[in-house]
Amino acid sequence: MNVEAFSGQSAGGEGPIETDVVIIGAGPVGLFAVFELGLVDIKAHVVDILDKPGGQCAELYPEKPIYDIPALPVVSGQELTDRLLQQIKPFGATLHLGERIDELERLADERFRLKTDAGKEFVCKVVVVAAGGGSFTPKRPPLQGIEGFEGTSVHYSVRRMENFKDRDILIVGGGDSALDWTLSLQPFAKSLTLLHRRDEFRGAPHSVEKMRELVGQGAMRLLIGQVTKLHGADGQLEAVTVKTKEGEEHVPVDVMLPFFGLTMKLGPVADWGLNLNENLIPVDTEKFETSEKGIFAIGDINWYPGKLKLILCGFHEAALMAQQAYKYVYPGKKLLFQYTTSSSSLKKKLGVA
Amino acid sequence: MVKIIFIQPDGQEQAVEAEPGVTLMEAAKLNDVPGIEAECGGACACATCHLYVDEAWREKTGSPSQMEEDMLDFAFDVREASRLSCQIKLTPELDGITVRVPAKQF
Ligand SMILES: Cc1cc2nc3c(=O)[nH]c(=O)nc-3n(C[C@H](O)[C@H](O)[C@H](O)COP(=O)(O)OP(=O)(O)OC[C@H]3O[C@@H](n4cnc5c(N)ncnc54)[C@H](O)[C@@H]3O)c2cc1C
Ligand code: FES
Repeated sequence: MNVEAFSGQSAGGEGPIETDVVIIGAGPVGLFAVFELGLVDIKAHVVDILDKPGGQCAELYPEKPIYDIPALPVVSGQELTDRLLQQIKPFGATLHLGERIDELERLADERFRLKTDAGKEFVCKVVVVAAGGGSFTPKRPPLQGIEGFEGTSVHYSVRRMENFKDRDILIVGGGDSALDWTLSLQPFAKSLTLLHRRDEFRGAPHSVEKMRELVGQGAMRLLIGQVTKLHGADGQLEAVTVKTKEGEEHVPVDVMLPFFGLTMKLGPVADWGLNLNENLIPVDTEKFETSEKGIFAIGDINWYPGKLKLILCGFHEAALMAQQAYKYVYPGKKLLFQYTTSSSSLKKKLGVA
Repeated sequence: MVKIIFIQPDGQEQAVEAEPGVTLMEAAKLNDVPGIEAECGGACACATCHLYVDEAWREKTGSPSQMEEDMLDFAFDVREASRLSCQIKLTPELDGITVRVPAKQF
């Protein structure tokens, strides 16, 4: 993956990061917005909760082909992402990964203040919401009463390993997350069971090998089956019922870590007063601005009559958005329409002059 | 046309017809069959088009590819009969096929 496109992931230790634009979402449309803004001299920071850029293309279908990107007869989700990163490299935007924008408010001086779940703050003149279908969030197994155990006994990520010391741990899943956490937590656990629906794993072969070694040594258990019921009270899990080929088994555990991939949930976008309609942000089709002046919405997250959730439509929206953003970032300054082919100033920005 | 019978978890049956060549998922969506979500639009990337193929039809539908098996890891209550309906193309031989919609998609 080509993340060099960015000038680092600086964490602005003290005080907020001041910039022209914050782009919420590093999907294909958020990434292309860096390009269109860059052409008109606007600097951007991009924030995404995923640990990699590319949004749906990188998370849901990196290896699948896309056939409707103009002039690219076929391109995979990952390749499209890599090419976008290459294209926006001259503009040196900073990418903040693994962080979710939770708060967005207007300041007295008309600028905006944004805050991530990690406490990082930004102050900017324009906000571009390119949040797609919303934040990527771990999938919750549809087991009855699971909400009541979340945060206490059921965890979708591991923040502090100490919390898992001397516990009876159940890890569910067959990909890299399940295997990696099995290997990392096994030394601390009182007991550890890895549960997967079949005796075949999608994770890296060497992790599978190591896990099988531990099973061979009797240091952990591998169980083939699926959880059907949770038992416990007051947020404290006591056991789960597992359906196996042989029948049902009652497995005593006090912690469960289900790893079933990620899905998109609207998340904090809903809290910013943007007049959401069926989880989408209505915008005009001239500037792609929301009901709030200075806040734009482009890509899958927006709605207007005729909207299609296509990458190519999002690219178009980014280009028009940048024209209006310019007016807010450089009030009173005239913007000259130019082609990248012929304009020497654009070429200089692109590093090809 | 190929006839398909979808049975809901509560036993309710719905017979629909679809052109050969479309997928079972598309047939469900075109006819508003409840319980088939198909979030990824048939790319074998979401597992929310999961259903169970009746025993009698399993030979004709064949078995899941490696990619489909991997994706089935993300479905809920997976059984022998489990398939992702976007990966089954309707052919004239499948006329009358009976499938069951699961109680929950993930
Ligand atoms: C299987 C599949 C196949 C597809 N095939 C095609 C195709 O062939 N052609 C086509 O044009 N389109 C296709 N699409 C649709 C295409 O992927 C989307 O239109 C595109 O990804 C939208 O881009 P986006 O940048 O608007 O949003 P997304 O790609 O959804 O990215 C949005 C990003 O914003 C992040 N985010 C949201 N809220 C926050 C927050 N509060 N803080 C931090 N980050 C946040 C999310 O984590 C996400 O990474 C396909 C989609 C799928 C699932
Ligand atoms: S529709 Fe998504 S896997 Fe079938």
